[in-house]
Amino acid sequence: MAYVPLADQDHDQEHHDPHTFITKYVWSQDHKVIAIQYAGTAIFVGLVALGLSAMMRLQLGFPDTFSLIDPSSYYQAVTMHGMIMVVYLLTALFMGGFGNYLIPLMCGARDMVFPYLNMLSFWFYLLSVLILLSSFFVTGGPTGAGWTLYPPQTITPGTPGHETGILLMLISLAVFIVAFTMGGLNYITTVLQYRTRGLTMMRLPLTVWGIFTATALALFAFPALLVSAIMMTFDLLLGTSFFMPAIMAAGEQLDYNGGSPILFQHLFWFFGHPEVYIVALPAFGLVSDVLSTHARKNIFGYRMMVWAIIAIGGLSFVVWAHHMYVSGMNPYFGFFFATTTLIIAVPTALKVYNWVLTLWEGDIRLNTPMLFAIGFVFTFIHGGLTGLFLGNVVIDLPLSDTYFVVAHFHMVMGVSPVLVVFAAIYHWYPKMTGKMMNETLGKMHFWCTFLGTYAIYLPMHYLGFLGVPRRYYAMGSTDFIPESAQALNANITLAALFVAVTQILFFINVFWSLKNGKPSGGNPWGATTLEWQTPDTPPKHGNWGHDLPVVHRWAYDYSVPGYPQDFIPQNVAGDFGVSDDHDHDDAPAKHA
Amino acid sequence: MSFYKQVTSKPWEYQEPGTGTGPEVVFGSESEKIALALFLIVVSVIFSLLTVTYYLRMDIGDWVPLADPSMLWLNTGLLVVSSVLFQYSRTKAQVEENLSAIRLAFFVGGICAMLFVGGQLLVWQQLDGNGLGVASNPSSAFFYLLTGMHAVHLIGGLWVWSKTSFRLFSTTEVSQSRLSIELCTTYWHFLLVLWVLLFAVLANT
Repeated sequence: MAYVPLADQDHDQEHHDPHTFITKYVWSQDHKVIAIQYAGTAIFVGLVALGLSAMMRLQLGFPDTFSLIDPSSYYQAVTMHGMIMVVYLLTALFMGGFGNYLIPLMCGARDMVFPYLNMLSFWFYLLSVLILLSSFFVTGGPTGAGWTLYPPQTITPGTPGHETGILLMLISLAVFIVAFTMGGLNYITTVLQYRTRGLTMMRLPLTVWGIFTATALALFAFPALLVSAIMMTFDLLLGTSFFMPAIMAAGEQLDYNGGSPILFQHLFWFFGHPEVYIVALPAFGLVSDVLSTHARKNIFGYRMMVWAIIAIGGLSFVVWAHHMYVSGMNPYFGFFFATTTLIIAVPTALKVYNWVLTLWEGDIRLNTPMLFAIGFVFTFIHGGLTGLFLGNVVIDLPLSDTYFVVAHFHMVMGVSPVLVVFAAIYHWYPKMTGKMMNETLGKMHFWCTFLGTYAIYLPMHYLGFLGVPRRYYAMGSTDFIPESAQALNANITLAALFVAVTQILFFINVFWSLKNGKPSGGNPWGATTLEWQTPDTPPKHGNWGHDLPVVHRWAYDYSVPGYPQDFIPQNVAGDFGVSDDHDHDDAPAKHA
Repeated sequence: MSFYKQVTSKPWEYQEPGTGTGPEVVFGSESEKIALALFLIVVSVIFSLLTVTYYLRMDIGDWVPLADPSMLWLNTGLLVVSSVLFQYSRTKAQVEENLSAIRLAFFVGGICAMLFVGGQLLVWQQLDGNGLGVASNPSSAFFYLLTGMHAVHLIGGLWVWSKTSFRLFSTTEVSQSRLSIELCTTYWHFLLVLWVLLFAVLANT
């Protein structure tokens, strides 16, 4: 029994059915189209940022061979690479892309609660991206103040893009925040109010929990960035001194007095640390579902996973100053933030154990999405452990301005979420297109990316221990940096270029499979969650045909003993004895 | 079922779905009201952060307290009248009686809010005329920032108000505008409380 008809579906039967090409693909209010628009834009702008990193690596690896960029454009590349990757690629892709596509489908809804607002959200996002990219074409170029935009150097003459570039960056961020707020209100309201009958909050797949909580974080955290952007715009355009101290620049006394750069740092990191989890929590959710599906086992400790997501979300607001240990803070203040940082590692480690225990004795299918998901567990453990080093004040102080930090945050919030992005695309591509992606190309892509990123970031830890400073355009000749460091740097560059080029495999696969991929059918992985039970693949406008699905069970009934298949979709009725053993927190996943 | 009960339930145990017909909801009220409540939380966060920075910046030596123009009291009065009129139209709209009174109260309420924004602009002019421009001192910079941010939110509300007014005047069915009137009223009350708090902060420092 696949579907139970629902007597009354008035609540969202108001179809805004698209009729023309424009309303179907351009000004679309359909969450699936908006998701693809969001994802396409995010990946495009991400490729720009990838190109920037290639330029930086060429400079760092072979400083005397290439003269592609000068010191100014190096800093501009650093800044734009960081900001684009964190905000305009990862945040937008996880929320606007995967959130839009999966929330209504996984909740058994026809669309978001406010489709028009959802459409506006995308167009504001696109506008913010265009404003950001336009800064490449203005006099002075984009800002080179570093992605953290610390005053006073953001505004002082001498920093690239201190006139127009920084202004465009601030405006773009403000527009992005408006766009995100429109989307975020939608995601939260949809999860709270549009779950189909039977789908209680605790029956939601962890993907929805991850995106839901991350959205809540973003709604609370982005205001801090908005406030700091507005105040900095005041300092820049109107000559106020919120953040700008009395300062000399280029031999002249600037017209500022008394402002506090540290105040900006607090505001920025009050946004900036939750931002790490805004990116990580959706990744946690997506990877949980991919691991569970391809291990043919229920996720280990579902309730613990949900509580850990909520706990991490809450704690992420009280750790921000661990980014500021070198700002000269009160030692007790540092002690507090070191403690909270170690505490937040507890729910995070709990999630890692649960992923590993989900794999334990699973009927693991090592296909491309699963490889990427397992790869994520590796890189995340790796990046997470170095986070414990840096969370301690005494270890952070000597390492703070070195490549150790670059290695840490790229492992934990660069490589790890990106591996999940790939896992998720390989996993949900069949639902989005009705075609399977090519496994051979996919596996090649995985091994090149996974091993390649290790070749990039593992040596960076050693550079950090040597004291090689980050943010430098060229190392020059220094006594404490041995020749071998430069050799390592050159190798890192080669690995980085290799990884960048091999991403072509992914794009070839995406476009080739669109036409030549094997037809996937509705549920190629044998998954339980609702998006795989749609009557059409790819789902049509309205998602569910005439009747909404009714949910009878949680999202993780895999390998239920006594049931002929090794999965029971959420909308299948009937008690098959899975809950005989009530005493444990987790239903036993015995193999039939 | 309460949120706490939900997150502590055992989802792997089999349970027939309830017998209702609609979707599962956490809050039994219109989605628009929930979205507005969320938005008001976001706005509260913005103004809390602004207030915190206000107090932190004040501790740095160069702060010269600003004597608040008395005209702010008049503006506050306008905003109170605006809120009262919105509340009146909301109450009337709920029982769907006396269309012309609803129209009048709602419309005049919005006009009062416009006058409030205009009054704030006059205050800015006065200050600027007295040599207290935005860059003259951090206290005045914050004055412009806080009042400006508040006014921007009110102007955003006025955009929704204008759309609702248009609908209210072009149909005779109050029910079509009832929800919009309720949402506007909630938003107005929120902005009034916010303004009173901001005014208190500005006036006492």
